[in-house]
Amino acid sequence: MSYLKNALGGVAALAVMAGAALAEPALMYDLGGKFDKSFNEAAYNGAKRWADETGESYQEIEVTAEAQRVQFATRLAEAGYNPIVVLGFQNAATVEEVAPKYPDTKFAIIDVGWLDIPNLRQITFAEHEGSYLVGMLAAMASESDTVGFIGGMDVPLIRHFACGYAQGAKAVNPDITVIANMTGTTPAAWNDPVKGGELTKSQISQGADVVYAAAGGTGVGVLQAAADADILSIGVDSNQNHLHPGEVLTSMLKRVDNAVYDVFSAGVDGFEPGVHTMSLANDGVGYALDENNESLITDEMKAAVDEAKAKIIAGDLNVVAYYENDSCPALDF
Amino acid sequence: MDVIPKWADAILIPLISIILAFIISALVILAIGEDPVRALQLMVQGTFGNSAGIGFMLFYATNFIFTGLAVAIAFHARLFNIGGEGQAMLGGLGVALVCLSLPLPHWTIALPVALIGGALFGALWALIPAYLQAKRGSHIVITTIMFNFIASALLVYLLVEVLKPAGSMDPATPRFPEGTHLPRMSDILGAIGIPFSDAAPVNVSFFIALLACFLFWLLVWRTRLGYEIRAYGHSETAALYAGISPTKIIIVAMLISGGLAGCMAINNVMAAERLVLNSVEGAGFIGIAVALMGRSHPVGVLLAALLFGFLVQGGAEIDFWTNIPRELIIVIQALVILFTGALDNMVRMPLERLFLMFRKPEA
Repeated sequence: MSYLKNALGGVAALAVMAGAALAEPALMYDLGGKFDKSFNEAAYNGAKRWADETGESYQEIEVTAEAQRVQFATRLAEAGYNPIVVLGFQNAATVEEVAPKYPDTKFAIIDVGWLDIPNLRQITFAEHEGSYLVGMLAAMASESDTVGFIGGMDVPLIRHFACGYAQGAKAVNPDITVIANMTGTTPAAWNDPVKGGELTKSQISQGADVVYAAAGGTGVGVLQAAADADILSIGVDSNQNHLHPGEVLTSMLKRVDNAVYDVFSAGVDGFEPGVHTMSLANDGVGYALDENNESLITDEMKAAVDEAKAKIIAGDLNVVAYYENDSCPALDF
Repeated sequence: MDVIPKWADAILIPLISIILAFIISALVILAIGEDPVRALQLMVQGTFGNSAGIGFMLFYATNFIFTGLAVAIAFHARLFNIGGEGQAMLGGLGVALVCLSLPLPHWTIALPVALIGGALFGALWALIPAYLQAKRGSHIVITTIMFNFIASALLVYLLVEVLKPAGSMDPATPRFPEGTHLPRMSDILGAIGIPFSDAAPVNVSFFIALLACFLFWLLVWRTRLGYEIRAYGHSETAALYAGISPTKIIIVAMLISGGLAGCMAINNVMAAERLVLNSVEGAGFIGIAVALMGRSHPVGVLLAALLFGFLVQGGAEIDFWTNIPRELIIVIQALVILFTGALDNMVRMPLERLFLMFRKPEA
């Protein structure tokens, strides 16, 4: 009997919390966790920026198991959080199941663009366009005509990065060698800086003098190993130029933070459903240029990249996406 | 003659270990400035306060029962199978292939067929390390853990290159056809008038896991093969003298072990209705802790699996409602494993001394 009372008390407490949380936005991270120095962390930065600027609060939750995806999304919707931002293509099935059950709750998902749900905003990024630009920069900066790519886990998304990069490098120098390696086959590959460093050394011994890391937390090790060997590296997602000033050529920016910030700022009233592509045209992707790498990017390099960027935006230059036919014209996997 | 009675070995020692683990966890929670009492309340209420919580606990427990039994059967033959993770992954592949390729009209047919598929793939994955151990003396601990990585690499390759529907960004198989969908607990209990949340993924596999526990007991303690496995586990030379072939026992025990791990896939793959990359999520490793804690007995394994199911579900509740970082939940789980598995003797030896003290006057 007393147990039942406790349980009921708990439900009541939850109900009170739910009431207090009304119309607060929520953010659901993907496996990998909030502080992965990459994708999830970029989302966290966007949410934090919104909270700092508005003084309001938001709920956040980290998924740790596959079975929790639907569980947590349902809990957030049930507790009255609105809008709810869900990260990662692995949650496509999650929102497909949860969003239609809560038609009054606004959902947003990042890296998904193929669903058809009226209360869902889908945000995709043209990572291949940004990677194309940093691939051009890599090829222009390389003296050995060999550039490297280090991915996290071998999934289509990372191949998509690598494919844009290889196309950019080969556009500058058709004879260039692009070495591509993946860190591993388990999710640990997203957070293995030691192995990232070893792969970098291996690529250096094969002649690479610019290495692009698209590998989450593993990239920290790639950038470190490159700096130790006095070669150039390229960061990803966030601006990582400051990690080793003067030794990081540039960073491929994927503005997940802006995407989250926009959804949070728009709130429930300003919510716009549909598919939104964050590309070069709306600064959703790009390359980082700041005081840390201005000495590395010459005026010619900048001019060439900006020209390509303008062409891509205008539609005169087509960067092939890996997804189009699950293969890459410039690189074999 | 054992120093301590069976009930103390089976219940008292694990219980003391768990309490010790929880006390240390509480100290850690205190140290980071959170309230351990509230944390425990959240865990209990979030798990037992509603049927969805119970459903999630049972869902996780189903996985752990299968992997726990898998490790336990190998333990009986004194083999340390830490390849449950890889064997369960391959089991998932087997289940996915069966569900996607065979025309299965109804779950009552699909379930046994998928069970065979999962068990077969898991068993075959365990066969290679078993053969290497039996015939070449390559240590099973080394080979099975290496096979986990090979399984993972194989799965990535197959999901990215072969099984993924064209154009999808998600490395996962397509959804399994309608005929393979398993009834959830809410359907089963709903049919007999008991309301149960349909949010939880617990399904008919839970009952299969219970059946597996019973069959495990039957096999180990009521059959000739079970006797041979236990005899070999107690003493290889004595078993050899009794005419038991070590090669056969190693291979058969590992086949059963891998098969049980593979059977887990009916819960985490078939019920999820598609195969994703990290569907096993460490259940193979938790199975080791479950088997250790459960003393390789099916009842113990069942109880330990329920405890770990509670820890996973309760941990998610803490994560959801407090600022206690999720890493701390892993710390709590690790402490339970540490105390029940690795530090077993720390509790056992004082307890043995205690029981000896009480026994002397009797003798």
